[in-house]
Amino acid sequence: MEPLERYRPIIDDFEAFRAACERPLGIAVRVNTIKADVDRAMATLDEDGIPVEQADWNPRVLRLETNAPGSTWASFHGFIHTQEEVSAVPPVVLDPEPGDRVFDACAAPGGKATQLAALLDDRGTVVANDNNLGRLSALRFNAERLGATSLAVTNQDARNFSFNPLAFDAFDHALVDAPCSCEGTIRKNPTTLEEWTLDHVHSVAGIQKGILKRAVQATKPGGTVVYSTCTFAPEENEAVVQHALGTTDCHLVDIDIGLESVPGITEWQDETYEGSLEKAIRIYPHHNDTGGFFVAKLEVGSA
Amino acid sequence: MSDGDSSDGESNVGQRFDRLPATASERVVAGRATRAEVLEYFEDRFEIPPETFDEYTFWEKGAGKIWIFSGESPSPAPVEAIGMTCLRTRQEHWKPTTDFVQRFGRQANACVIDIEREAARRFVCGEDQSLEWDGDWGYLIVAHEIAGEREPIGVGLYLHGELRSTVPKGRQREL
Repeated sequence: MEPLERYRPIIDDFEAFRAACERPLGIAVRVNTIKADVDRAMATLDEDGIPVEQADWNPRVLRLETNAPGSTWASFHGFIHTQEEVSAVPPVVLDPEPGDRVFDACAAPGGKATQLAALLDDRGTVVANDNNLGRLSALRFNAERLGATSLAVTNQDARNFSFNPLAFDAFDHALVDAPCSCEGTIRKNPTTLEEWTLDHVHSVAGIQKGILKRAVQATKPGGTVVYSTCTFAPEENEAVVQHALGTTDCHLVDIDIGLESVPGITEWQDETYEGSLEKAIRIYPHHNDTGGFFVAKLEVGSA
Repeated sequence: MSDGDSSDGESNVGQRFDRLPATASERVVAGRATRAEVLEYFEDRFEIPPETFDEYTFWEKGAGKIWIFSGESPSPAPVEAIGMTCLRTRQEHWKPTTDFVQRFGRQANACVIDIEREAARRFVCGEDQSLEWDGDWGYLIVAHEIAGEREPIGVGLYLHGELRSTVPKGRQREL
């Protein structure tokens, strides 16, 4: 937990934050509306004998009282997908429409890519990319179980993503759910901070900047790009978005998600960030009893 | 030129996705199923209306593995996956996949065998079982009732009074 101490100056109720980080996380699933609507998924879980509570902010997110959501008829039929509650936030913020061309730059193991497909009513194209071929097999398994027919899966370094394999040369929307130091997953993986180093934070931030920059370039003017991580480190969050603001043609827009959160920060140690970074959101574990997340929404072109 | 090069048309390339030709007159790769044949198979065998697939394209990767896709793509498509696998062709009896049947099998009106909860549980574990069935033998859509509606589970092979589960190992579950 020691690495979290450095966030004391930026987190208002630091003791509540620390206490929440030490509590295990509940099980949440997302209803896969490609195969079942929310009522049918809930009725199936009821037959499975599993108590269910809908999330206030999103009726498609369910909190379950079970340790084995995968051993249910609802899961076997692909009506639900186990996905941390805050992990369902970025696709909802991106808000694509049926028919859109959507890029998921770091898509494996596919929870968000299949959520994007569901938001498209499975009509359109989700380019689900990941540089890790092994993790792509998990993505493909999930996509098939969930019945997603709108995914095209690519295996590229997102920093140099090429449109060569595709039928078009710009996306309507892009999601960069970046590889990160994963501090916000501590409730799910209590050992996640054991190998934490500031060097790793800086090195992964370099990769994040490259991926976000390419994603903005690959999105058409007026399109949106959502950048998210499951970490608290400003080096991987506000600093990465600030880099995109400085090197590409885009600006931040407001996020309205219905979850408790605080604005992105504009000062960290001896760094300062643009005032518009307050449009990004930081979701801390004590806010909504979830994992931690950072989400920023960018629009391509000038404001 | 390699030994596999044929003078009477293009050959199937195993590592990329090629869109199925619409009909036999447009076929250039020997043995490749056509879109018309795929729609005819789903209609003849399972009475799935062909218009179900109006907004989808079909693709082959490898010899006989057919994928269904709702997005945009050039052909050939040099990608890792395109939509989902739906059908195995280039063998005497074509076989739909478990995941295709779960996704589109609700449209079927023929060759659907309804089984009880306990039989369904065994089917999903990968067990073969003796069952009565008056219809055609061969690959069937196996369904059960869940939350008040019929729901396809997967594909069974019915032969000699026995329903064999074809649920892939990685999809099998103890429920």
